[in-house]
Amino acid sequence: MTKPAKAVALISGGLDSLLAAKVVQQQGVHVEGINFFTGFCVEGHTHAIRSKDRGRPKRNNALWVAEQLGIRLHIVEVIEEYKAIVTAPRHGYGSNLNPCLDCKGFMVGKAHEWMIEHDFDFIVTGEVVGQRPKSQRRDTMPVIARESGAGDRLLRPLCARLLPETLPEREGWVDRQLLHDFSGRSRKPQMALAAEFGFADYAQPAGGCCFLTDENYARKLGDLWQMRGERSYEFDDIMLLKVGRHLRPRPHFKLIVARDDGENNFLMGYRRQFVHLNATSHPGPLALLDGEPAAADLELAARLTARFGQGREAESVEVEIVHPGGERQLRTVRPLPAEEIPAYWYL
Amino acid sequence: MNRQRLDARHLLCPMPVIRTQERVARLAPGEELEVLATDPGVLADIPAWCRVNGHLVLEAGPVDAAEREFRVCLRVGPNP
Repeated sequence: MTKPAKAVALISGGLDSLLAAKVVQQQGVHVEGINFFTGFCVEGHTHAIRSKDRGRPKRNNALWVAEQLGIRLHIVEVIEEYKAIVTAPRHGYGSNLNPCLDCKGFMVGKAHEWMIEHDFDFIVTGEVVGQRPKSQRRDTMPVIARESGAGDRLLRPLCARLLPETLPEREGWVDRQLLHDFSGRSRKPQMALAAEFGFADYAQPAGGCCFLTDENYARKLGDLWQMRGERSYEFDDIMLLKVGRHLRPRPHFKLIVARDDGENNFLMGYRRQFVHLNATSHPGPLALLDGEPAAADLELAARLTARFGQGREAESVEVEIVHPGGERQLRTVRPLPAEEIPAYWYL
Repeated sequence: MNRQRLDARHLLCPMPVIRTQERVARLAPGEELEVLATDPGVLADIPAWCRVNGHLVLEAGPVDAAEREFRVCLRVGPNP
């Protein structure tokens, strides 16, 4: 008796990858999942930094999908390798700083490496022809297969019947007639298939899983690169871009101001790496100062910090400024009035 | 039974899960691992990861009444 073929399925946690893996699994293929953590992934826990989001269910959708399918899931950290994809995408960016085509090629390539290392036979993705403007077009899907190195070992079960036959089909590991011909941006076929499989509770369909597609986030990342004079980042940089109000009152420094207790606690973990400020005479947020401030800048930063605390209407507020070496100074400042904060300071 | 410890404090999910996965890969079946974390998401994610990968969760909960730290203890399954 021959062993069943083995497929590694890219599991994002969304509906399409859930369905794609299920379609192949139903044909008797042994499926295991792989999920990549780039640092830009939008997770329930990242939202849960904010106090207002604490009530949301804390669920990793990729793990949840794996449980629904009854498959193993391998979560792979690709933070360092992914930097090259974000900072210098060969195929450029989408509407924000999302390098979707390069990203897909990269992830399929990593899955291909895993497939070889673990003696699996092919790769499954939840891609659908015409669903995404850049990475899921009829003309770009072969680019992903080619540049990832996966070639015809890449199977897209949801739209396979619209694409040339792949190795798993030719080898008889899967029956092409039992694959699908979904195309376009409509979600109805996927929802119907989900209902057929009995999946009623699944993550928000189609996209929304990457901060790089978010306009506000992309603007802050663009600002970071502009101020550094190069496209580069560290993991802490991209985490901090997810949290707080970011204001750049001067080209050489910006302030990151917590918006609630949850963000305050999160920023506390970073305070020793930055000059940080907080009001001592009134309740208020922690603010991190990123840059090289002059003395006058500290005054402005203190006034801004006071502005976002409960002393905003007070005549004066005491603000403590702590330097990374531990040096502390106390300043009494007048909170900056809202009308003196130009809109362009907000990133 | 030898129980190893993993300090995953100040990491946001899924990093504690990834660190757990890396450590478990170096353990033998039957060995135990105690993970300490500050992200409450570990209480859902590490048990979910254990369920899909065949490991047994022995304990998962807050370390203190203030719920600032959380502990998950697991026993490695047959295929680490």
